[in-house]
Amino acid sequence: MIVLLGVLVVVIGFATRRNPLLVVGGAGIATGLLGGLSPQRVLAAFGEGFASSRSVTIFVITLPVIGLLERYGLQEQARRLISRFGALTTGRFLALYLLLRQLTAALGLNSVFGHAQTVRPLAAPMAEGAAERRHGPLPDKVREKVRSFAASADNVGLFFGEDVFLAVGSILLITGFVNTTYHTHLEPLDLALWAVPTALCALAVHGWRLLRLDCTLARAVARTADKPVGAAK
Amino acid sequence: MIKAEWFYWLVGAIFLLMAAQMLTDRTNPRRHGTAAFWGLLGLGFVYGTWVADKSAPAEPLGAAVLVMAGLAGFGFTGRGTARTTTPRQRAASARRLGSKLFVPALTIPVVALICAVGVKKLSFGGQPVLQKGSETILGLGIGSVVALAVAMALLREKKLSTPVHAGRSMLESMGWAMLLPQLLATLGTIFSVAGVGDQVRRITTAVLPDHSLHLAVVVYCVGMFLFTIVMGNGFAAFPVMTAAVGWPVLVVQEHGSAPAVLAIGMLAGFCGTLVTPMAANYNVVPAALLELKDQYGPIKAQLPTAVALLGCNIVIMSLFAF
Repeated sequence: MIVLLGVLVVVIGFATRRNPLLVVGGAGIATGLLGGLSPQRVLAAFGEGFASSRSVTIFVITLPVIGLLERYGLQEQARRLISRFGALTTGRFLALYLLLRQLTAALGLNSVFGHAQTVRPLAAPMAEGAAERRHGPLPDKVREKVRSFAASADNVGLFFGEDVFLAVGSILLITGFVNTTYHTHLEPLDLALWAVPTALCALAVHGWRLLRLDCTLARAVARTADKPVGAAK
Repeated sequence: MIKAEWFYWLVGAIFLLMAAQMLTDRTNPRRHGTAAFWGLLGLGFVYGTWVADKSAPAEPLGAAVLVMAGLAGFGFTGRGTARTTTPRQRAASARRLGSKLFVPALTIPVVALICAVGVKKLSFGGQPVLQKGSETILGLGIGSVVALAVAMALLREKKLSTPVHAGRSMLESMGWAMLLPQLLATLGTIFSVAGVGDQVRRITTAVLPDHSLHLAVVVYCVGMFLFTIVMGNGFAAFPVMTAAVGWPVLVVQEHGSAPAVLAIGMLAGFCGTLVTPMAANYNVVPAALLELKDQYGPIKAQLPTAVALLGCNIVIMSLFAF
């Protein structure tokens, strides 16, 4: 029972808004020691965990070239480009991005799109550009909302697209775990097929919310415009 | 054969170069702590190669990871003021270069695509050109290197320190969030070694009444959702909840279709990933990348979708898996 303290440490650390690194590090050390691991073994676990999960951080490799292009106005150019397509509103553009992200992920092409390589330099400025064309300069809150939804389109598309592909990590994790633990034989293809209904729901739900974003933005812009700016005292 | 480790070294080298720039950056009030954090991260990326193939002890790397967590967690890291172009210069440059600017940016996805579809199948002298199982990483890595070469030629940029400096401010703004996903991977391992899964199973079997199929479906899906929120990813939650409810109750006792139960259960976990700051690489790092004031912005945008999809998963599993 006592090993569950680690879960409790995470939940409490979360609730009291401690720095997540300290929470997770503390929870790991506590659980390891309570679970009977030697301090040396706990240290080794942190080292092995870091070494085997380096692929999560590989996106850093894109940052120098993205940063360089941004110095020369990549985001500005993305905004200019989108303003030529009048019918492409923020919502429609992001829904299209969601669809593309989901389709490519379903084909196993996970790293073709991503937060560092496509959302920051291209998708977010384009979504903003489309909103600016419609509403003029955006209030800060509205700009944040547009950017947040651009990030959400990438996440939802990836999460609910990738499982349709056979050789993706989560499918292999399921077959690996079940086949060794329960001595059975699951086919990746069956698992991938059962990811399709949820994938369609994700496209419908988030796609609809993205399309509705245009109305939400219009209302938010109107609200801020009503307020007197820098009222005299 | 092109190996994934080469690109981990390249990432390590980028971190080390940036750490050197940070050390001399007097605009950063905490430049020593910042340089130590990123420097250790860079060294860890290189040393990790030998830990991964078990030819070097993992303990020093573990100690370094905890030092990094302490440096960032107790606020010894900071950020400097980036030397970059003004908005006016950028607008002028965008007008001058026009859509040529997209060429290097699109080189990354195009090369990644070519690697994943074409180069993957090529072999040279009986060896595959790309290391098997790492094609995604390699596509991204090769794409970025090619894109950087194209960009530097196109922009007539001669100094390699310029792109490194340009990428640095993005890294500094991410700070601690960069390390969290890798730290969480460790927590998952420690939890399973220490037997957290068995405890959760004991509790759920004690609480769950016999033969209430729909309740069991809800417990499995919501359990995946909640455990994913705590652990930051569905992969750590899956063995725990599947051993507790998914396999013994839903598959064995209620004769559910195993692929349907497990695939949909995993997707219920992904709904949790959409709403947890623990999944820093998906939720917090993008907030930093997009320079949001509210680091929970993406989570707020995703919350209604996540709850709706959790409901969809429960309904789909109840209707079709039994």
